[in-house]
Amino acid sequence: MEKAKANIDYNNPVIRIHGLEKAFDDYEVLRGIDLELYQGENLVVLGRSGTGKSVLIKIISGLLSPDKGKVEVLGEDISKLTDRELQALRIRIGFSFQNSALYDSMTVRKNLEFPLVRNRKGITRKEIDTNVESVLEAVGLSHTINQMPSELSGGQRKRIGIARTLILNPEIMLYDEPTAGLDPITCIEINDLINEVQQRYHTSSIIITHDLTCAKSTGDRIAMLLDGQFQREGTFEEVFNTNDIRVKPFFDYNFIQ
Amino acid sequence: MDTTDSTPIQTPVRHKRVSKFKKSVTDFFVSLYNINLFIIRFFKEAFSPPFELKEIVRQCYEVGVRSFTLISLTGFIVGLIFTKQSRPSLLQFGATSWLPSLVSIAIMRALAPLVTALIAAGKVGSSIGAELGSMRVTEQIDAMEVSGTNPFKFLVTTRVLATTLTIPILATYTGFIAILGGYLNVAVNEGTSWSTFIEQVFEPLTFVDFVASLIKAIVFGFTIGIVGCYQGYNSNKGTEGVGKAANGAVVTAMFLVFIEEIVIVQITSWFR
Repeated sequence: MEKAKANIDYNNPVIRIHGLEKAFDDYEVLRGIDLELYQGENLVVLGRSGTGKSVLIKIISGLLSPDKGKVEVLGEDISKLTDRELQALRIRIGFSFQNSALYDSMTVRKNLEFPLVRNRKGITRKEIDTNVESVLEAVGLSHTINQMPSELSGGQRKRIGIARTLILNPEIMLYDEPTAGLDPITCIEINDLINEVQQRYHTSSIIITHDLTCAKSTGDRIAMLLDGQFQREGTFEEVFNTNDIRVKPFFDYNFIQ
Repeated sequence: MDTTDSTPIQTPVRHKRVSKFKKSVTDFFVSLYNINLFIIRFFKEAFSPPFELKEIVRQCYEVGVRSFTLISLTGFIVGLIFTKQSRPSLLQFGATSWLPSLVSIAIMRALAPLVTALIAAGKVGSSIGAELGSMRVTEQIDAMEVSGTNPFKFLVTTRVLATTLTIPILATYTGFIAILGGYLNVAVNEGTSWSTFIEQVFEPLTFVDFVASLIKAIVFGFTIGIVGCYQGYNSNKGTEGVGKAANGAVVTAMFLVFIEEIVIVQITSWFR
């Protein structure tokens, strides 16, 4: 499916990162990252495994704390927030995990209800059911409502993981390797779903991937993370129309081999 | 190189051993510090709203159900065997009438809380460690955190409170079942009636015995819960980490239960 033109507000950055650094023991993963994500934009962060892509979105969602630098999400500096404030901010951010991270002791319905029941005090049974049915319909998996996560395929688990984040109507979506480990047809379906979420829920997203098909079909802008820093940034064509030996093999491997 | 130098050369193997020892000592103190932080956080979270009552009740049910059958069986057998093994010694002195008192003192003061704790450490502690460990390595705990739920409060506080509340109940039940096992042996061999047996069972017990037994069970319950949660919540290294968490939960909890038993017995002896 062709990606519809996104309605991006370049005057309204929802995430602003300046001089972000993060190291694990002696290994510097991020070395001075600067980044802005605009309202309504899908930004794809590309890079090889172990370059710190997932670390970046874990810092944005407050799962990891930065060593240095400023991370502003929806106008709030995350390093200055109290636990309660951070919890409140997280409700406005959806995080789709690489392995879906569905609660394996709960059915699909309970997985979807969980964030809703815990964050919307006083919500009625009818409202819960309506919300659950609505997000399941959005990801095209209404029939799985009473199934356990172990009964779902990899692609279905990804979709339910995305549905679970959508149920709180997030303003920002963070996708960690949304197409990793999926067959090419399911990858296309997930890419379409990411675009559909952008249109239907008016979200701004960061998509972490090393899959160029995913990057090309979902990204309004691509940022290439190499050696802990963004080396190239722009549209897909701008990023890959290069002879840079650090970038070119990445493109060649995905599309030629 | 001057080979005539008499100063012994420090071999790399020795270096390795020293640094390994240093690392083990450092790791021990680091984990001690981390456990302290974990316990402090538990008390902070346990006494601040929201209180997650529904989840606590669910966990209490889980803890009770998980151990009920095994505890019933073990409690009965412990009572039966203890009475059976003690009888010949008392018989030598013609003191078999003391058997109910002996059984009650042994069971109420030591065996009931201890046996319950050891079984709960195996059944409940390992299950908590494995469950939270698996949730950690599959990012379910992170998923909970990013969806606006405090995973420590929801997963750790509720489980620790559940074991702290349920294990004393289970220990009381174990005591009752073990006394029942003891009665079976006494009734068969001595023909003692139930009412006489019960009278003799309660005769030597004091208020301190009941309180000490209850305190022990509470301490054991807290230990099993906190150790299981700590091991699981901080597990890593994939599936290997889950196994280690489950194993660590059982071994550490059992070890601590025995240490606590010694300490509490010593303290309560001052009040007798």
